Amino acid sequence: MMINQEFAEGSTWVHKLDPRLKILMVVMLAIIVAVGESMPMLIQAVLLASFFIVAAKLSWKKVLKRLLVINFFIFGIWIFIPFTYPGTALFYLGPLTASYEGVIYALRITLRSNAIMLAMIALLSTSEMTSLLQAMKQLYIPEKLIYLFFFVYRYIHVIADEFSTLHNSVLNRGFKPRTNLHSYRTYAYLVGMLLIKSYDRSNRVYQAMLARGFKGKLYIRDNFSISVSDLLVFSATVVLISWFIMIEVGLIII
Amino acid sequence: MHISEGVLAAPVLAAGAAVAAGGVAVGLKDLDDQDIPKTSIITSALFIASLIHVPLGPTSVHLVLNGLAGVFLGWKVFPAFLIAFFLQAVLFQHGGLTTLGVNVSIVAVPALICYYLFRSVVERKRGGLKVLSVSSFVCGALGVLLTVIMLMFALVFTQDSFMEMANLILLSHLPVMLIEGVLTAICVVFIVKTKPEAMQEIELSSLNL
Repeated sequence: MMINQEFAEGSTWVHKLDPRLKILMVVMLAIIVAVGESMPMLIQAVLLASFFIVAAKLSWKKVLKRLLVINFFIFGIWIFIPFTYPGTALFYLGPLTASYEGVIYALRITLRSNAIMLAMIALLSTSEMTSLLQAMKQLYIPEKLIYLFFFVYRYIHVIADEFSTLHNSVLNRGFKPRTNLHSYRTYAYLVGMLLIKSYDRSNRVYQAMLARGFKGKLYIRDNFSISVSDLLVFSATVVLISWFIMIEVGLIII
Repeated sequence: MHISEGVLAAPVLAAGAAVAAGGVAVGLKDLDDQDIPKTSIITSALFIASLIHVPLGPTSVHLVLNGLAGVFLGWKVFPAFLIAFFLQAVLFQHGGLTTLGVNVSIVAVPALICYYLFRSVVERKRGGLKVLSVSSFVCGALGVLLTVIMLMFALVFTQDSFMEMANLILLSHLPVMLIEGVLTAICVVFIVKTKPEAMQEIELSSLNL
């Protein structure tokens, strides 16, 4: 199963940064990058995000592997957009004309996408999911949503195990997935069985919760403290993001 | 099915976020204490099921299952998909943060439409197995179709030049629609026969099996 938190292991200052501040930093950065148009700003945002990756001492090989997945979609954009975007001709490929504006547009999408993904890897994936949930609770995300989140995250691993048991049992009976009705029917039964088992499990879980005195509230540990260095990093990021905004609205021309 | 970061224009992102926020608010209001473990464990199951790769000719596709999710969860599909997409974004960088609203909307709105459609047919018409399987098939196929159409709108509203790409996405999802329809039909009939109480959002008593 691909559900693991390999990036959360580490003890650099990026890992130790208060998760509440991390969430705020990622959200601010993601919004300015997602709506920004200025090329110099986008390049600097990629650099800032890469700086966090370097500071967190994450393995570049693993990070690049993750980026490869999203750039697969971006690659599709590079195939189409340069040729369908109107503008001055840059080069010709058979009957197709690539426009200069189209290439710039595709490049902008690539930079944005990678900047936000790098920032997310460096700042969100370096925290345990449970700390992120605690932090979100303190950032006024509705409680019910946090509880749901907590349970989904907890049970994904359990259900993944359950699925692999079911899947192994069909494989052991000689099931070979092919493009035919029999295969689709088998998958439909697998999904159906998974849903039924999950439903039964949820009843047992709820009864166990009631037996332990559940009254609609989960108590989630929250013992964060913001250190001086956390504040310094946060303020520096806010200054940089303001700088990005100034470049974006044209107050500063590079 | 999701759109990556950095592709969509700000108004599209904002519209998606607004729709998703509204849906999540209604979904959470609909959620009792008892529903917390139920909704979330079903969400985990749908999350895992959507990672299954189903063979299609020389390649394989993975399932969207939003029609099925709608039938199972009703309005609660909004928080369910929000959580699923956030987890995917943080755990394996699929989708993204600023596109969260759009991605939730393009999957959950069709799921909700399927839910109401399914309910109106199954609860009002006194039908048998045929009605159940046909309406589940429609749910599965329609869920994917509407999602692709909303995805196309999101792309084309951002930039007209996405038209060709959007058309290709629609074309390549036609077989996926069929597979989802077939799978949803078989799956729903199986569950109704084996464990009807698992479909808590639908009143099945008028069915004549």
